Amino acid sequence: MTDTATVAPRARRRSTSMLRRRPFFTLGLAVALAFALAAIFAPYVAPYDPTFQDIEFMMTGPGAQHWLGTDSYGQDILSRIIFGARYALAIGLCSVAIGALGGLVIGLAAGLSDGLVEWLLMRLIDSILAMPSLIMAVAFIAILGQGVDKVIIAVGIAMIGPFARTVRADVMQVRVQLFVEAAGLMGVARLRIIWRHILPNVVYPLAVQVTIRISEAILVSSSLSFLGIGVTPPTPDWGLMIAEGRGFVSFAAWMSGMPGAALAILLIALSLVGDGIREEFDPKLRDGA
Amino acid sequence: MSAPLAQAAAPAAPVFELLDVEKVYQVTRPAGFLRRETRGLAALDGVRLRVPGGSSTALVGESGSGKSTLLRVLLGLTRPTNGQALYRGRPIAEARAAAASGFTRDVAMIYQDARGSLNPRMAVADLVAEPLRHFGLCTAAELPARVAELLARVGLPGDVAQRYPAALSGGQVRRVAIARALAAEPSVLVADEAVSGLDVSTQAQLLNLLADLKESMGLTLLFITHDLGVASYLCERIAIMYLGRIVEAGPTNAVLEAPAHPYTAALRAASPQFFAPIAEPLPGEIPSPVDLPPGCRFASRCPRAEADCQGTDPALTSLSPGRTAACLHPLATGA
Ligand SMILES: Nc1ncnc2c1ncn2[C@@H]1O[C@H](COP(=O)(O)OP(=O)(O)O)[C@@H](O)[C@H]1O
Ligand code: SF4
Ligand SMILES: [Mg+2]
Repeated sequence: MTDTATVAPRARRRSTSMLRRRPFFTLGLAVALAFALAAIFAPYVAPYDPTFQDIEFMMTGPGAQHWLGTDSYGQDILSRIIFGARYALAIGLCSVAIGALGGLVIGLAAGLSDGLVEWLLMRLIDSILAMPSLIMAVAFIAILGQGVDKVIIAVGIAMIGPFARTVRADVMQVRVQLFVEAAGLMGVARLRIIWRHILPNVVYPLAVQVTIRISEAILVSSSLSFLGIGVTPPTPDWGLMIAEGRGFVSFAAWMSGMPGAALAILLIALSLVGDGIREEFDPKLRDGA
Repeated sequence: MSAPLAQAAAPAAPVFELLDVEKVYQVTRPAGFLRRETRGLAALDGVRLRVPGGSSTALVGESGSGKSTLLRVLLGLTRPTNGQALYRGRPIAEARAAAASGFTRDVAMIYQDARGSLNPRMAVADLVAEPLRHFGLCTAAELPARVAELLARVGLPGDVAQRYPAALSGGQVRRVAIARALAAEPSVLVADEAVSGLDVSTQAQLLNLLADLKESMGLTLLFITHDLGVASYLCERIAIMYLGRIVEAGPTNAVLEAPAHPYTAALRAASPQFFAPIAEPLPGEIPSPVDLPPGCRFASRCPRAEADCQGTDPALTSLSPGRTAACLHPLATGA
């Protein structure tokens, strides 16, 4: 075992940028950033007001006036997609934040406790997990009512279960590691061990999970509005737009197709980013670590 | 708890003492088609050991002989199935729980799996500083200098401080673990193959460091090693383990010069050069620790085995003052 030989290749590999080594990640990141910038600067980027009804151009196909066409009220679809990105990203980020935070607390408690407390927490997680997140979100919407804030809360709560389960699995794996035992041998207090040694080792994988699950949250929230129980019209929400165009699919396919394509492109871009981050930072997927 | 009584008992009591410790692991293994059976695996099978203050003891044996398990029981990390582990005369669990016993500050452990014993999310500087911070041994301003000094002591360059364990080689990680163990200036150092796998010059540097600490600070050492040369350089006493038992113990040089137990003789023959790990495996078949033979557990490999060895399990008995061996037909030690 030589002391320096094993260090050099890793150091070199690290120094070439992740952007250059992972072209798909870079592409995904660029697309996702484009969506984010369009969302942030929507009023400056969008050619029309998203709720402006152009009576002369109702249900017009893509053309010079309206690049992506208009819907049955004459609203510009491109502008609605750009403003809709605000809702998609805001709902995705906020609900994942709720899910990750709730999952961290419950998962940490379940992973560190034992006996009855652990059993109760696990049954709680199981009951949240038993249903797909969309069904869970539908159930919470039924309780909370409609609106953007309600959608965020409903989707966020629906995601606590999966987050809690992965956090718990990570905690159970970390708490038996030698460095935790070594800290105990040194007499470090239990709370400090959790804070200093266990938490950092579960927060990083959690951050990776967050990037992967944002797209799931966006998909669930769009599904809610597609079903007509999420965000209310005339909010320029992609799910709503797809639902509104459904009746005209045979002769005005762009009405559903354009927001559908926007949704698909954003989801794929976010998945590429999530996968890239996971492969880069998950030591289990990294060679030689 | 009566402090005066504990004080009075302290000088006499050895640092560590194992009283007939047994540790049986329940292991499951396949037993025919689609069946599994649970069997007891005796990782430790009746071990007695005294580690007096200021002494240095080497623990030697092939892998699987129970050395790591012995340390775990000794430090209270694993509960023995039978027997007791004492720290300065008190049961280890009690000693670890009582802040007044000083166990956490006085005893440092170097794990065999050095990488696993270091938090991968902490930089080397933080890893080495953790004991200093935990015991409040120096002010925040003094920390960087103290860490640099500790790293230099184990032969690591200063720029390692900012790196994470994943960016270090196996040898460097091992030295970080040693630096960390020495940080709190422990009076007792327990090391599980701390220097194995390092190149010869690094080994020599670390062995010199430990020998110095032993001389200057009266460090008590319990040192697991594969290397008889390391054992004889660093430790006055040696205990040879085989399949969960100590089969021979005594002053290191006397034992290695004239082994009493045929297993010790075989180990000695397998490492003709000092400072080279034992060339494993020794000739002969090791019995599985889950079905040990009724008689001497070394009989299947022993050149001196006689008929009675198959039936009688030899106990560790005293041969001459300070020397013990578990053999019915020990070699002449000349004592
Ligand atoms: N946690 C465990 N569960 C089951 N068997 C174990 C466990 N730890 C150790 N053993 C067994 O106990 C024996 C002694 O192991 P160990 O103390 O690690 O030996 P050494 O350190 O001398 O190589 C081995 O046969 C090993 O397989
Ligand atoms: S008791 Fe017999 S078999 Fe065992 S070590 Fe001694 S001579 Fe060999
Ligand atoms: Mg071992």
